[in-house]
Amino acid sequence: MSTATTDKHDVQAPVLEMRAITKTFPGVKALSGVDLSVAPGEIHAVCGENGAGKSTLMKVLSGVHPHGSYEGEILFEGQSCAFKDIGASEQRGIVIIHQELALVPYLSIAENIFLGNEHASRGIISWSETLRHAAALLKRVGLGAEKPQTRIADLGVGKQQLVEIAKALSKQVKLLILDEPTAALNDEDSRALLDLILEFKAQGIACILISHKLNEVRRVADRVTILRDGRTIETLDAVEASEDRIIRGMVGRDLDRRFPERTAYEGPHSVALAVENWTVRHPIDHERKVVDSASLEVRRGEIVGIAGLMGAGRTELAMSVFGRSYGVYDGGRVLVDGQEVSTRTVPDAIKQGLAYVTEDRKTYGLNLIDDINRNISLASLPKLARRGVVDEHAERRVAESFRTSLKIKAPTVYETVGRLSGGNQQKVVLGKWIHADPEVLILDEPTRGIDVGAKYEIYTVIDQLAARGKAVLFISSELPELLGMCDRVYTMAAGRVTGEVARAEATQEVLMRQMTQHARNES
Amino acid sequence: MSPVTTDQPPTPSAPSKDRSGAQLTGALMAAMRGNMRQYGMLIALGLIVVLFQIWTDGTLLMPRNVSNIVQQNSYILILAIGMMIVIIAGHIDLSVGSLAAFVGAIAAVLMVEQGWSWPLALAASLVIGAIAGAWQGFWIAYVGIPSFIVTLAGMLLFRGATQIVLEGQSISPFPKGFQNISQGFLPEVGPDTNYHNLTLFIGAAVAVVVLWQQWRDRRRQLAYELEVLPLKLWVAKCAAIAAAVMVFTMLLASYRGVPIVLLIMSGLLIALGFVMRNAVVGRHVYALGGNKAAAKLSGVKDKRVTFLVFVNMGVLAALAGCVYAARLNAGTPQAGINFELEAIAAAFIGGASMSGGVGTVLGAIIGGLVLGVLNNGMSLVGIGTDYQQVIKGLVLLAAVGFDVWNKRRAGA
Repeated sequence: MSTATTDKHDVQAPVLEMRAITKTFPGVKALSGVDLSVAPGEIHAVCGENGAGKSTLMKVLSGVHPHGSYEGEILFEGQSCAFKDIGASEQRGIVIIHQELALVPYLSIAENIFLGNEHASRGIISWSETLRHAAALLKRVGLGAEKPQTRIADLGVGKQQLVEIAKALSKQVKLLILDEPTAALNDEDSRALLDLILEFKAQGIACILISHKLNEVRRVADRVTILRDGRTIETLDAVEASEDRIIRGMVGRDLDRRFPERTAYEGPHSVALAVENWTVRHPIDHERKVVDSASLEVRRGEIVGIAGLMGAGRTELAMSVFGRSYGVYDGGRVLVDGQEVSTRTVPDAIKQGLAYVTEDRKTYGLNLIDDINRNISLASLPKLARRGVVDEHAERRVAESFRTSLKIKAPTVYETVGRLSGGNQQKVVLGKWIHADPEVLILDEPTRGIDVGAKYEIYTVIDQLAARGKAVLFISSELPELLGMCDRVYTMAAGRVTGEVARAEATQEVLMRQMTQHARNES
Repeated sequence: MSPVTTDQPPTPSAPSKDRSGAQLTGALMAAMRGNMRQYGMLIALGLIVVLFQIWTDGTLLMPRNVSNIVQQNSYILILAIGMMIVIIAGHIDLSVGSLAAFVGAIAAVLMVEQGWSWPLALAASLVIGAIAGAWQGFWIAYVGIPSFIVTLAGMLLFRGATQIVLEGQSISPFPKGFQNISQGFLPEVGPDTNYHNLTLFIGAAVAVVVLWQQWRDRRRQLAYELEVLPLKLWVAKCAAIAAAVMVFTMLLASYRGVPIVLLIMSGLLIALGFVMRNAVVGRHVYALGGNKAAAKLSGVKDKRVTFLVFVNMGVLAALAGCVYAARLNAGTPQAGINFELEAIAAAFIGGASMSGGVGTVLGAIIGGLVLGVLNNGMSLVGIGTDYQQVIKGLVLLAAVGFDVWNKRRAGA
């Protein structure tokens, strides 16, 4: 924990004040009346579950969501601000560093630092000036050992993050916003980064830190603002902000009847899928274990959750098991009905009765330019075909039956999928995999970005699948959803399975504790 | 009268007297909206035909010239079919012109210098095309080199190989049987009627089959309670199709009948059209082009499908090479220059999308015919090849530009 200077904050005029920010997306209120106030030279952490509105708030602040697209007021250094784009906010010294780094891999460090902000006169770049200035900035962020000419691609993720910060410094940053800066970093790099932030603080640069890692928040933050469901819950001073206190604020929402009653499965609850000691390495950075000897099992008729924060390795585990679709396999076994099987390719995995409904339906789940009919049939075309020729009438009957049973809102099954709403798109993906008739369904964030009504319908579908004896593995970032639907929940952190909680014992606090376990062990 | 313009049944002006006119037009617009580029190109093709029919004082649709258009454009149309499939899969093939030349050269050497019988030489040519396609497909699908680069290399490689095989010389002449692939017609049968009897029969059969299919489709769509064209419109559409088939048949029958190459093209159109629409592998091609990641996660064997697409392209390029060689009655080092660009242009005019996942085999034929009729018509009226290039370039730009504009409007 930093030496608290809480008293001063009350006295000094805040450097940033966001008042009653409300941001509405079609159908969803992402932020409603959020307040945030940052004192000069303060490190202010913003905590909240995935989807609580942290990123949206930062996008409003940095001008990604331009002035006029939200309600409320932003005061920076006492002046009202109306940023029309990210350039306008950077002009004022507000710089955001996103979780996904925005560096051009095949340009040098120096070129990246001054990208869009080149040292040039009349369009001609002065390289000596650029390199000199870059070297100075690198020294400031503790990268003095790197040459400014080094390509970004040749740096590790930790150093890339520092280059991002150097880039921010080059823009005369007064308020630095860091969105999950350590999510992809190892312990050592994380520590170096946090030290750097503390150093900036001493130089008078204010910082907003968005982080899931509560130990890091505790280590550097002066105050913590907690968001939940698009609202400011509270702002805590460092002294009161114990991890338990923060967790309670993050999850303290009532569970109401947003889930269907679970239907019992009558058959034998044999283990349908078991994954043993599964290890996966990062596709590029082979040193990094993204999944580290993870083991779990799912029984027939069971819905088993996997909880974890961003970067915990849940999706990577699922995709790797499903046809090695992510990363580099590094050991582990998959057993279906007690028999070890090969899921080396996606067709293999499908043949073994596995199905994976992706987290990102637009990128990995659907052919958006094609119709409902053909999207639903894609994973099971051989079943609809005789001697390689698709029976179009059978295909249409199938699509039609899913349109009815899953309540897909579209005039015909020939509607282009790209024109459907998120909930209906998700139903198409579900239909596709239900028709493949798998024994095990891995559902990755099946309700992400979907309105409440459609969520309920999808929960109902999941319940019915389990009631028919399917084994369901349910990955979700929304803890209430896991608590509402699952028989058991595994927690993951930093690629490891950190716990297994039966429904009776599961509370959001217990889960959140296990999900942040790795992070706590670290410090 | 033009066979193609009749394909656009109810001109809005005709039924506008009664109130159902507006509804009919509305239904027509609705039917066209989904497939704007293809319908648009069909209309454009019709307009181009009418334009040149008038401009050439009727020469364009003289029976002899119709046969000529078919034979003149056959090799480009064959290439366009394969190219369309390649583009749907999200790739491109720049090598087809060189490959066609190479295969034509091999066929020439085999028949003229080695004395092979022409069927054997043709079969060997197609096999060589398949091997060349497999070669390129291997680098693209399994090694992961972008198709643009692999086929650019192929373009140079096969062009060079052609010159090596021919030692810079043209080789001719070919056996009559081989020439017939491109220049021949179906034989005369039956009594002398002033028309080509077999052609009349085939035309009638085609009309019956097409109308029967239309009726069956409509009945099925009704059975599934799907939206169908209003009856009046449907009847008009069927009448138009029948009229188009009949007129085209009469034109061919009053010259020398059905060119053999037309049969080959029709066979390809039907077979590959069926594969792309109804076969599992065809669906996989669309899925790969539409969203490769999603297709892979749905169990599509992306590498194998990509490989097969290029093998298919290789075979079609070989066939086009033989047709072209047969037309020239020689294997020459200059064969096939710019064929790849014509085929690519035909595919894009016919509704392909740069990003893959859309297009039909029929569209490739329509696109190819637009270019072919433009070529033929402009030559008939004496427009020089310089201006022809300019006009074709503008047509390509306009066709794709219209599509982009139309999509943006639909999206907004």
